[in-house]
Amino acid sequence: MTKLQKREPRILHRNPIRNIILLGIVVGVILPMIPQLVWSISHRWYFPEMVPTEFSMRAWEYVGNPSTKVTRAFFNSLIISSVVTIIGVVIGLPAGKALGMYKFKLKWLVELIILAPAIVPPLAATIGIQVIFIRMGVADTMTGVIIAHLIPTLPYMIVSLSGVFANYDPEFEEQARILGANKAKTFLFITLPAVFPGIVTGSMFTFLISWGQYILTILVGGGRVITLPILLFSFTGSGDNSIASALSIVFVLPAIIILFVTSKFLSGKSSGMGGFGSI
Amino acid sequence: MTNITLKQLCKVYDGASEAAVKDLNLEIKSGELVALLGPSGCGKTTTLKMIAGLHDVTSGDVMFDENRVNTIRPEKREVVMVYQNYLLFPYMNVEDNIGFGLRMRKIPKEQIAQRVKEMLKLVQLEGFEKRKPAQLSGGQKQRIALARALIVRPKILLLDEPLSNLDAHLRDDMREMILTIHREFGLTTVFVTHDQEEAVLLADRIALMFDGELQQYAPPKEFYEKPRTDRIAAFFGNRNRLDGVVQGDMIKTAVGDFKFNQSIVDANLAIDGTEVRMVIRPESISLCKSECNSLTVKIDKVIYMGTYIRYRITVDGNEWDIIGDPHEIAGYQEGELACFTIPAEKIWLIHKT
Repeated sequence: MTKLQKREPRILHRNPIRNIILLGIVVGVILPMIPQLVWSISHRWYFPEMVPTEFSMRAWEYVGNPSTKVTRAFFNSLIISSVVTIIGVVIGLPAGKALGMYKFKLKWLVELIILAPAIVPPLAATIGIQVIFIRMGVADTMTGVIIAHLIPTLPYMIVSLSGVFANYDPEFEEQARILGANKAKTFLFITLPAVFPGIVTGSMFTFLISWGQYILTILVGGGRVITLPILLFSFTGSGDNSIASALSIVFVLPAIIILFVTSKFLSGKSSGMGGFGSI
Repeated sequence: MTNITLKQLCKVYDGASEAAVKDLNLEIKSGELVALLGPSGCGKTTTLKMIAGLHDVTSGDVMFDENRVNTIRPEKREVVMVYQNYLLFPYMNVEDNIGFGLRMRKIPKEQIAQRVKEMLKLVQLEGFEKRKPAQLSGGQKQRIALARALIVRPKILLLDEPLSNLDAHLRDDMREMILTIHREFGLTTVFVTHDQEEAVLLADRIALMFDGELQQYAPPKEFYEKPRTDRIAAFFGNRNRLDGVVQGDMIKTAVGDFKFNQSIVDANLAIDGTEVRMVIRPESISLCKSECNSLTVKIDKVIYMGTYIRYRITVDGNEWDIIGDPHEIAGYQEGELACFTIPAEKIWLIHKT
């Protein structure tokens, strides 16, 4: 039995094309952040100066102050995106299983309806259901915003999960039952690990789409549900570049964290494990 | 020690127009090794899964000893099943795979480790605890799957095509292992196979199924000597048949009269005037020894098989095979006439269909 050799962590890859792609990612993601960072700590920065003439931590003090709207908006965003993700998983699991594993009449139609929000702008649908939301009393509330966010996110969740379920062999569940696992334990020990990469991928898409949502939030939330994008827009519009820049950094951070945490599920061996398909 | 009784068992899948299993009655005695044999789609795996509780029964009963178990969930039946493709959980190592059933039963860890060791010894894979399924060969995977099933001390062992995914040389080992385990544990064992040779080599009794229906349930020998229909005979490699009418102790056919032994055939058929079909094993036919029970035919084809020779002839429009030791029956060329004797005590009769 050969021992797994520990590899030295390396940044550069042997393949030059991969290095170029890596460079592209660094340039595309990190470079635009640099002016934001500079803006967020500048106090006075007028044309044609190359660097700010005066620095201050005013913007960060504002952003970090728990009594301002920023903290509130950050937690609103966090709650909305998290709840949307959880509901997405709960709906996506059975839907993905049905689409990935079963054949039924008019399946193409069901697929089309589920995928429609990813193709048709969800804005159109939201304007339509706004009336219903008002009648239900969920307009201008977090609940309403959460429901609205499900529209553009569910297609991604369902497609991610139906992908792993398509590779999934349900006989693994039978085998677990036979060996003495009840339905709940079978789901916990067998089904869940098998579809976990799909859940991670779908959740990542869902969370990020919901996190970056502006139009749906302002429409359904009616300006009363304040999330980070809404705050960001209003500061950008008001011309306070320092605070807008600081906010945009706060806004991007979760995305980068999520990307790093979940990236191992998006590529390489572990995504091939989805549904136990590679075994 | 458990008897399995299947009573009028039926299975119709949702949306299917035909039953997958029709009115199946089967008694499997405690400690017996029984093969469910048949071509693919004959309902044998469905039957196995109904015994395991994985498929609901449409009608009829599954009984373990005196208890009706139709509604008992699979995890409570004390039945284990080893699948054709082993289904080792890929993200667990061998130790965790084998111990899975015990973990589900909340057995203490040290005890699990001890029993896993014993099981690995039983399947001759000691020291494999930390390997992942992806690092195992097909034969090793199967043995781990077997160990994982047996560790929970089941009453009944079910095997789905246990040998068909293995190379020829591994098959013999695995067959020995299954027989040894079966004997040692005294488990009631049912296995599914499409390969009649596998069934004959392993089983005490074979239940042959076609199209969801039980055709014959008997010890392997009877399928060769006393098949109930010519389809069963053909499934066991015997296509030699000849139609005739019973008259006394003779059968009158288009190619001559043949004497038969009334004491070995079905008494209902040995009645004057009954239209019957003679079935004769290819290896029972010999070169002419006397005038009696003989027929002279042209040899259509000679196939040399090394340890034996196969002649193909045509009798009354049916293709026949004759198989024998090259020392005894060799010497004829294609197109030559040859005389063969059908011994009276080797003639088996079935209904003409």
